Order: sequence, then C-alpha cells, then structure tokens
Amino acid sequence: MIVGLDMGGTHVDAVLIHQGEIIEATKRPTDRSNMLQSILDTLESLLSGQDPSRIERINLSTTISTNAIVENKTDPVGMIIQCGPGLEKDFLRCGRENIFISGYIDHRGREVSSIDIAEIEETARVFKDRNISALAVVGKFSVRNNAHELKIKEMLENEFFPITLGHSLSGKLNFPRRVFTAYYNSAVYNIFYKFCESIHQAMQRQNIKAPVHVLKADGGTMSMKAGQQFPVYTILSGPAASVMGGQAFLKTSQDAVFLDIGGTTTDISFLADGVPLLEPLGIKIAGYPTLVRALYSVSIGVGGDSKVTVEGERLVVGPERLGRPKALGGMCPTPTDAMIVLGLMNIGDKRKALSAMKEIGEQLELSPEAAAEKVLDEMADMIKGKVDELLRDINSQPVYTVRELLYGKKIKPRFIQAIGGPAKALSPILAKKFSIPCRYPELFEAANAVGAALARTTSEITMYVDTAQRTLSVPEMGLHETISSAYSFEESRKRALALVREQSRLLGAREDEIEAEIVEESSFNMVRGFYTSGKNIRIRAQTKPGLIYQLWSDEDVGS
Amino acid sequence: MLAAKRRLGLVFFPAFDWAISPSHPEREERLLYTQDQIFEEGILDIENIKSYNPLVASKKDVERVHFCVPDVEERVTQSHLISAGGAIKAAQAVMGKEVDKAFALVRPPGHHAQRVVYGDRGFCIINVEAIMLENLRATYGPLQAAIVDTDCHHGDGTQDIYWNDPNTLYISFHQDGRTLYPGTGFLDEFGGPGALGYNINIPLPPGTGDEGILYVLDNLVLPILDEYKADLLINSAGQDNHYTDPLTNMNFTARGYAELNHRLSPDIAVLEGGYSIEGALPYVNLGIILAMAGLDYSQVREPDYDEKKLRQSPKITEYIKKLCENIYDRWRQREQIAREMLKGKDYVIRQRRVYYDTDGIMEYQTQRFKVCKKCSGVNTIESNSDRGMPIFAVTIPSDACPSCVDEGHKAFKNADVQKYFKIYLQDRPNDRYSARHLTY
Repeated sequence: MIVGLDMGGTHVDAVLIHQGEIIEATKRPTDRSNMLQSILDTLESLLSGQDPSRIERINLSTTISTNAIVENKTDPVGMIIQCGPGLEKDFLRCGRENIFISGYIDHRGREVSSIDIAEIEETARVFKDRNISALAVVGKFSVRNNAHELKIKEMLENEFFPITLGHSLSGKLNFPRRVFTAYYNSAVYNIFYKFCESIHQAMQRQNIKAPVHVLKADGGTMSMKAGQQFPVYTILSGPAASVMGGQAFLKTSQDAVFLDIGGTTTDISFLADGVPLLEPLGIKIAGYPTLVRALYSVSIGVGGDSKVTVEGERLVVGPERLGRPKALGGMCPTPTDAMIVLGLMNIGDKRKALSAMKEIGEQLELSPEAAAEKVLDEMADMIKGKVDELLRDINSQPVYTVRELLYGKKIKPRFIQAIGGPAKALSPILAKKFSIPCRYPELFEAANAVGAALARTTSEITMYVDTAQRTLSVPEMGLHETISSAYSFEESRKRALALVREQSRLLGAREDEIEAEIVEESSFNMVRGFYTSGKNIRIRAQTKPGLIYQLWSDEDVGS
Repeated sequence: MLAAKRRLGLVFFPAFDWAISPSHPEREERLLYTQDQIFEEGILDIENIKSYNPLVASKKDVERVHFCVPDVEERVTQSHLISAGGAIKAAQAVMGKEVDKAFALVRPPGHHAQRVVYGDRGFCIINVEAIMLENLRATYGPLQAAIVDTDCHHGDGTQDIYWNDPNTLYISFHQDGRTLYPGTGFLDEFGGPGALGYNINIPLPPGTGDEGILYVLDNLVLPILDEYKADLLINSAGQDNHYTDPLTNMNFTARGYAELNHRLSPDIAVLEGGYSIEGALPYVNLGIILAMAGLDYSQVREPDYDEKKLRQSPKITEYIKKLCENIYDRWRQREQIAREMLKGKDYVIRQRRVYYDTDGIMEYQTQRFKVCKKCSGVNTIESNSDRGMPIFAVTIPSDACPSCVDEGHKAFKNADVQKYFKIYLQDRPNDRYSARHLTY
C-alpha cells in the first residue's frame, strides 16, 4: 500500500493506493496554525483500521516551506557571496547580512585569485554579532570548481549551522539564481528539519516503518532525509502534485495542455510527448528566480468561484474570488452558478444560481441561460488566450544550434486534460474553443494526493569534463576529480548515466524505478593555437520524471 | 531582480554545430565561453532584456546585396542565412519598438563579404549587416543609416557595398592595413562618385589602446555622426581590437569596448570578428550587453587585466591626434574634394583585385559608376576569377533617376550572354533581382 498526501492552503487530501486502486481517500481542512497536526490527523483518519506493516511508502507534499516564506517565518541568513568581475552586485543582497568576499573562479573552473582567510574570519565575527546561525556560501562559477565554497564551509562549520553551498543545489550556470536558491535553502532549513523530525516521531508512535518521501516541485520525490538537506526543492510542490495526479488518469505520448481548474485559479501546464514540461531553469520564489527544478505551471485568476461582474457592457470573470458561489450561499454570481443554471452541475440551490445569472443577464439584456452560456464562454476564452500566449513563449525558447533552430521540437497540443471541480462542465466548451478534444477523468477529486502517491524519485546531474585540465565535475554530487587527458565522450556519457543512478539511490529511489537518461550533451574540441588541446564536454542526465505506475488504464490517448 | 534601464533585445546564436573547419578560428567553440558567461551572469533573467531566436534570411534578402556566383544556393549555407536572419530579427525588434536597442550575437561574421561573392573571404560569405539594413529599407522605406565598424580588420565588404550610397555613412576604425588583413582601409578610400566622403577609414597603429580608440570616438566619430544625423546607427561590433586577440596587435579592453558602446549608443550592434574566445569574448560581449541595456559595466574586467601593461605609448597618442585632425578636415571638405575629383567625368572606373583568403580565390573586377547629378548613379561590375565564371552585374540604385533606370535596363539587356557565365540585374527601385545566362 502506498500513501499519498497533499497539504494545500485549504485542504489536506490523502489517498491509500493498493495494486492500482484507490482503496481509501480522506479530505480534511488545513489548520494553518498547526500544519503538522493537520497532516497527522489526516493520516490517522486515512489509516484507521489498516495494518501499518503493509504500508510500503508514504509520499508527502507539503506547504511547510512555502508558508514559512509567505508568512515571513524563515530564519535570518548570512550570505557569503563571491562575485568576481561582472555584473554589479547589489541586487544579490537577499540575506539578513550579505558579505561580498574576494577571490574568483573563471568559466573553466580555474582559480584566478584565492580567498582571503582574514576576510572570512571577519565575516564570521559579523554574523556572530548579529546572532545569525544559518549561512549560504555562493561563488560565481562555483559549479565549475567548488574548492572555495568547500574551504569556507570547512572554516565555519563548527560555529554555524546550517551552511548551504551554492554548487550543491544545481549544476546549472546562473549565479544570481544560485545565490537566491542557496538563500532559501538555508532560510527554510530549520523549519523543515523540525517538521520532518515530528513526522518521523509520529510514524514511530504509530509503528509505521515505511520510508517517507517528500514531493519536489519537479513532480518527483526524495527521501525525507534528503529533503532535510535540500528543503528548497519542496517549495511549490503542490501544483506539481496536481499535474502528476492528472497524469495518473492518462496514458499518452502526445503533446497536451493540462488544466487544473480550481475555485480561485486555473493552473496551466503542458505535456511534451507525454512527459510533463519543466521550467527551463527553475521557479520563481517570492519574486526571486531560482534553480529549483520545477514543472512548468502558470496560474491565472479564473476558476469556478471567480467573481462575475458586468463592467460597462463587458462581462468580467475574476480575478478575485469573493467567497462561495451564490447557489452555495455566497454573495456573488460565479461560473459555478452558470454551470448549475445550465444543468452541467448538480449542487447547491438552483434557484439562487438562477437569480445570480438573472442579475448578470439583465445588465447584458440576455436571458439567465444565455448569460450563463456567456459566462462559461468568457471563462474558456480567458483560458485559451493564456494557453496560446504561453505556447508562443515556450515555442520561442532560445536555441543554440542550426539543427534545433531548423528542426527543433515545437509543442502542439493534441488534446486537453482537465481536472478540478468545474472540469467536466467546461470540457465541451474548451474542446470547441481549442478545436481539440478535452478529456476529464471521471474521478479526479483526489488527483493531487494520487499524484503525490505515485510520483517517482527524480534526480538530475550536470557533468562538466575538461580533458585539457583533466577535470571532471558533478557539482550536485560534490564530485571534482582528475581524469585522463584521453577521457572520451562515450566514457563521459556512461559515467553520467551511472552517476545519475547513484544520485537517485542517494535521494531514496528504489532500484526498479530508476530510468536514467541523458537530456543534453555536447562535446567541443578546444583548439589553442593550431592544435587541439582537449575536449570540453557537457552532459545533463536525469531520471525520467513520471509515475511508478498508471493508476488504471484509461484508454491510451492517441499513442 | 535586476532591471535594465533600457529595453534590450538579444539574439544570441552561437551556432554550436557549425564551423568552417575543425581547427579554424570560426569553429563551434567560438562563443562557448561567451555563453557560459552570459548564462552564469543570469543575463536572460534581467528585466527588460528580451531574447529572440534568429529568423532565416531569404534568398531575396541576399540578392538585394550580393551577386552570388554561380548562385545563392551554391554559395550560401543555412548557417549564413541564420546569421543574417539573426541580425534581421534584432533590427525588427528595434524597428517594431519592442525594444530600445538590440544586439545580435551571431556567427559567422559578414563584414568582409563584398557585392560579388565567389567564395569565403575573411571568414565571411554574405554581409550580415548589409542584408539586415537592406531588409529594413525594403520593409520600412528609406532610412538614413550609419554603420560604425569597430572590428580590428577593415570592413572592406561593407565599404564595397555602400561605396556609392550617400544614405549609408560607413566609418571603420581598424588596425592599419599595412600591418593586417585585408590590407585596405586607407584615407583615400573615400566613397564612389555618388557618395564621396561617406566612406571614412580610420587606420590605427598597432598598439592602440582604450585611450586611443576612445579619443577617435570622441574627437572624430561622434562629431561626424552629429552632423550626419542618421535615423539608424549600427555598430559592427567586432571584438578583435582586444589585447588578447591572437590575430591582431591592438590593446583594447573589455571595459573599453563597453565604454565605446555606451558613448556611441548604437541602435543595433552585430557581432563581427574576435577570436580570443576565452580571454576576450566572454568579457567584451558582457560589457557590450550591459552598456546597451544601460546597466553598470564598471565591474567587467578580464582575469589577466593589467592597466600598466596596456597603457598606450605617447607616440601613438600623438599620431592618432594628427590622424583624427586630418580625417576630420577631409570630411569637412568632402564636397570640394568631390567637385575636384569628378570634374568633367561622366563615369568613374574602379579596378580592383579581391582575394578570397579563406577559399584561396583571386577575383579581378572593374566597377563602373555613372556620375549623375540627379541620383547616386547606375553602376556595373565586370568580374572574373582565377576559377573562371566571368560575370557582368548591373545595379540600379534605389534613388535612381529615370535615365539611370533606363541605362541600367539597357546594360543588362545588351550584355553579351556568350561572353559571361552570368549577367545580373539588381533593380533596387522595384526590389527585383534577375539574371541571364546560357542554358548549361
């Protein structure tokens, strides 16, 4: 049995899955003042009467870290930033205290100037004076050579905790994002750590020995132990749970639009050849771009409970939500009222829904039914407009080779997969607007929890090989080693695949779920003077994101 | 997050799968470290910096500028069309007011490509900036443009293309042609009869540094640009004046390039040469991007930067001062010089040999410009190469008067098809390009 739990802002959803079937589902309101208790209560209710020894694993998606950030309850962080030459540095100040230190590594990982020991010692004094314990150390090009970051940690680790090192979070090149990612990791470290400890103790009390995993923003999981090191990856795992859940009811190898239509918002994401699309670099957290690998997901302010008004002669849906639909005792007409009027949904008080649409219709000189149709039409138009805009954006992502420019993949959705309360009712309208089929799973209420339950462990590594300098590095694994000058592209590829498997195991993957693949690779001859001095090889490998298994075989969509 | 003061469009297309040959300076690796630097600095996350993918330039875009022998398809690869298309995309973003300025970081370069194209010279086959500019004129109508070429090599291709066009001021500063490829770019190359004075060469002595180049800019280039009042200012942003460049002997720095770009303030910059792929390009390109976006570039510095070593000798400073005075005097007297040179002449003949160093081809051509009071004048090129394929090409310029239009069509019609491999007509007023040849 697998347990999946997704804690959102308003509800905690949990499911118990056994052999491809949901055998138990629970929904409870989130108590924002005691999130841990909300989770424990939900689990208790889900598992009452079950044999704890039959639970194979528990996957949790939580908003602990996200909430700490939103509510300003994070720890103060001391930032040690090594900029080298380049952009002005003031915009990197994200910590309570920000110290810019000397020293500099270049693009090939060569030390141009060393760190100044006295400067680090002085920095430690400043942080102590200000009662700062959590640090983040980030250098420009530290992913090409982590020596400076390691040295600084070694100097400070007896007096400060935690210390996040920039290179360990991602191997991708983007210094400002590395700075902000490391900041957040240290800022939420303690709060997430304590949360994990509490979960751990609760599991022990209930005699549950199954491994506990936490969901990441990329729609994969990692062990709770790994999560304690890298809590930043758990930020914004909620939308990821929904997307993965939507996939559980769907088997496809085509491009698709994925819509999670909720009460307040609609989340839009995409499948490319059946695989959820990721953000190119990482998500934004509270306005700061990061290297947190994440499923691509964009929210617009339109949902079943959006406020519907008429401004002048124009119908306006959203972006605010003022409580519940009129049919359910709310104050304001909503798309849900429209769906009830049209008989697409059978909840609440139909007379109240009718009066809501009458109110809108009168201002537009339409019958209540015609007004209801117009409301849903407007809602579908807004979704379509945004999807088109996002696709234009995605399909014009920068490319760097002639081959990609001429023949590169462009996403062309063949169908829509919609989940959420209003999905079924909106489905025919969306299908007409987009001129492609719109599917909705019959049972989607707990999709987010199902997504959490079935998510696989994911990992990614970035390998950089420079045979002229005889170095191989994989920053995410802290690997920086010497290789032979004859090290080949083929050897590098093999090594990358082996390392990403190893990394997956370290993050808690079971051997049978690891599907390693290379997602980017290039090899450049480095020519100095008239001679080839070596090879510069870059490889990015990942374990394929996806589900442990499909929930139940719906029909295979156009494969 | 950081926000740029000006909206900057960036076409960054390193063409990682294209090279002239594996160990050629123009190879896959050329912009690899520039990409590393741009990525690591997080340039694409900066608010107001917008990235664009290149277009693919069309055959017509090429024919507006070049006579390709035997034809466009045979001479020009997709990579070249994408490089030119990258520049076009950058320019469109500026013209469409999506951005304030744009920088096309594309390869291969183009400024050695002349009107006739028998092959590759100076790593160039088609002239990226000229194809861009003529595409803009075809789309947006007449434009008064200035091209400032800051590549270390004389942009002999751009000079040839705009030799007789008074609506395109071409200014090139470069290492003196007596010491560097292509061996041209002297003061007396001053423009054709229709545009005398609008081709300005500033040959600088080897060893010129930041001080010298910025002196030329402040005391010569900017005053001339002030008087010329271009609608559009284009920078051919070659980066081989850098002190680490392996092919040249200058002492310019990354911060110098950024400062130059800041003071020049071009609407569009297009990368040209520059082959110090690790020591210069990452920093020079970063400096130019920041300057164009209106961001602080004072912290851009090469790892091995040493101010003392790079200081310019007083002798060079003195030489450059005199040179600037001399060139500025000629600019101010351009009308008088034109009157004297063209007195009593109906045609101006220009005979030249053009060497295609990359492909080892020698071309012999005779250009013949009509001296016309009403327009810049119809002109023809008769050319042959040591590989054969003699051609005759007629250009009717955009501003052509009726009699020059007539003369152009006659010249095209009357040329002896037995004598030439191909006869070309560039009918610029109608934006039509045709050719005649025997069936072969």
